[in-house]
Amino acid sequence: MGNRVAIVGAGMTKFVRRAQETGKELCYEAAKMALDSCDMNLDQIDAVALGTAPDTFDGVHMKGEYLSDGAGAFGKPYMRSYVGGGTGVFSVAQGWYHIASGLMDTCLVICEEKMSSYRPHPQGAFLTIFDHTTERPLKPNLLWIFALEMNRYMSTYGLRKEDIALVAVKNKNNALDHPCAQIAKAVTVKDILNSEVLAWPVQRLDVSPVSDGAVALILTNETIARRVTNKPVWIEGVGWSLETSYWTNRDLCYPRYVEEAARMAYKMAGVTCPRQQIHVAEPYDPFDYKELHHMEGLMLCGKGEAPQMTVDGITQRDGELPVCPSGGLLGVGNPIAAAGLMKVAELFWQLRGEAGKRQIARKPKRGVAQAWGDLMQVGTVVVVGI
Amino acid sequence: MPKKLKSKTQKARRTRQETKPQSLTPNLQFMGTGLSSDDLKKGKVCTTYWIGDTKYAWDRGIAIGKYLEGMKHGKILGVECHKCGRKMVPPRIFCEWCFKPIDNWIELFDTGTVNTFSLCYVTWDMQRVKNPIIPAVIEIDGASKGMGIMHLLGEIDPKKVHIGMKVKAVWKSEKEREGAITDIKYWKPVK
Amino acid sequence: MAMKERLTKADEAKPWYGELPVESLYTAGIAGEKFFRSIQEKGVFLGSKCHKCNMVYVPPKIYCEQDFEKLEDYVEVADCGSLESFTCVHIGLDGKRLLEPMIVGLINLDGASTSIVHMLGETTVEELCMGMRVCAVFKPKNKREGAITDILYFKPTKQ
Repeated sequence: MGNRVAIVGAGMTKFVRRAQETGKELCYEAAKMALDSCDMNLDQIDAVALGTAPDTFDGVHMKGEYLSDGAGAFGKPYMRSYVGGGTGVFSVAQGWYHIASGLMDTCLVICEEKMSSYRPHPQGAFLTIFDHTTERPLKPNLLWIFALEMNRYMSTYGLRKEDIALVAVKNKNNALDHPCAQIAKAVTVKDILNSEVLAWPVQRLDVSPVSDGAVALILTNETIARRVTNKPVWIEGVGWSLETSYWTNRDLCYPRYVEEAARMAYKMAGVTCPRQQIHVAEPYDPFDYKELHHMEGLMLCGKGEAPQMTVDGITQRDGELPVCPSGGLLGVGNPIAAAGLMKVAELFWQLRGEAGKRQIARKPKRGVAQAWGDLMQVGTVVVVGI
Repeated sequence: MPKKLKSKTQKARRTRQETKPQSLTPNLQFMGTGLSSDDLKKGKVCTTYWIGDTKYAWDRGIAIGKYLEGMKHGKILGVECHKCGRKMVPPRIFCEWCFKPIDNWIELFDTGTVNTFSLCYVTWDMQRVKNPIIPAVIEIDGASKGMGIMHLLGEIDPKKVHIGMKVKAVWKSEKEREGAITDIKYWKPVK
Repeated sequence: MAMKERLTKADEAKPWYGELPVESLYTAGIAGEKFFRSIQEKGVFLGSKCHKCNMVYVPPKIYCEQDFEKLEDYVEVADCGSLESFTCVHIGLDGKRLLEPMIVGLINLDGASTSIVHMLGETTVEELCMGMRVCAVFKPKNKREGAITDILYFKPTKQ
């Protein structure tokens, strides 16, 4: 499927609740770090693919244009992609087709979010995801949609909150080893169950924090990859898919759109048995139940089986299938688009054996990253391998 | 009552285990300067505040216009696609599966089943409320399975709400109705 | 396909009225912090210089957008410069006519490679011409707060 595409460099900023840096400055720091990590400079970059979520967060319209100089897009083919929370992983697909098509040799993929600009709370930026005539008059808030989905998931499979909370415990503890983590604090199931109820069944510690941050990757074709590194990480498959935007007409219990995106990526990557062939997974985890939801969508287990896998410790960093060894959004932070790209960066570091304290001992050869967004309806998937 | 999941493995690895770095990790320097809310309050850094003035008039459109007109008369209207046979609500002028126009309007019941619900204690700007707001996805009787709308539940003890519960719309009086989704005040349980 | 239904009167549309709560708090950033503090405390404009291409960015950036060098050399530039362009604005944001037209200019400060946009004051449009010398008029020091509005406007000066 097209030319081979490799990831050869990665960079990111710390994820923080409020950054002093402007969005442009965050972009620059991440992009510069990524370029430096593979000894490349901006002249060697043919195109820039930027991903960033709603303009309303940063409070800047045409955020793509605003961030362009910090993203290194000066005088280059440049485009911003946006599929809500799915943006971070999608931007890798965008970078991939630039190079796979043969149009470009190299591409800088960069994602940024500065959510702290929005006052009084970034949730406000999500109010308009609800239909203006049939839903907004009911005065909904963003949490409703997740609480409704989580409740449906719990009820269908007869799950208890204690078992779902294990995901938050795992990810927040994993994040203790991430130098960029916003919330470096060990938590227990009890802490999560005792945290403030926001929209039952969603409690404070079930949710990832609001963050500022940026992440960047350098993508190249095979020839350049061989020249700049002896450890290229290949993009083996990409996939994305949408469900209906009538969210109240959907099966809230199973993310079919993730499955469709995963099937597309797995087919391209030649993955026929994901549970055996995937060694590390970074599914999107803005809420603890979402990791479980997405593991099922990614076919890493059967429907309703992800909680048992978590209880069994299989998804721990030293388990058979580490899931979110980075600490995920729950632990590292959730600057929407940047958080998705952080997941791909984590796989890059894990597969190269450069994840430091977070390194999975079992030497993973192939990993999958996934993000999800829009009105809970887009799935974006990337499979990488060495 | 949901059962407790038991670990099938001998030792559930719930505690974090230290793993050793497998290879030399480059000494990565991560940038980014975190600020506390106090830093902002005390003016430690230069900031600019902007209050947007955004007023909109959203058109209801063809399908939703008719749907809301139905609400005014105390009716919930849906549409049926000739091709896939789905009876849909909220109504739409095209079937997004078959991508065909739809003009077959049907009247649905003002009763339904709770598909899922939440007990919400916060507003969008994270202010706490004492009595929970109960949003729910309600599958409307007369529509195809799984066809729900989002609305609120009322006249019920929050502890007693459950998935699969039958509910009925509580309408505003005919005089008060204005052709809006809020013409239904909320949905209450039926015996 | 033709439109299925057509509105003949505008008020038949019955739109749903609403607002978006949009408020933002922007930080000035790393380079912006230096820029605004210097104006606030010293009434001095700072730029950042790229030693590779010799660009001097005003307001300063922490990077050169052309060659992506990290810029750490902050240099003082003059508070006077040349007027690169100007316009006279008669309509406000609400679409209504302004009582007093507002003159906006693009100013290239001496020593800077880039221009900044600001108001022009103590002048009329008839007096202005391209390339003319203009200088910054600052607020009194005790009224400055580290923002672009610490500069009241630029005014023409004799050469």
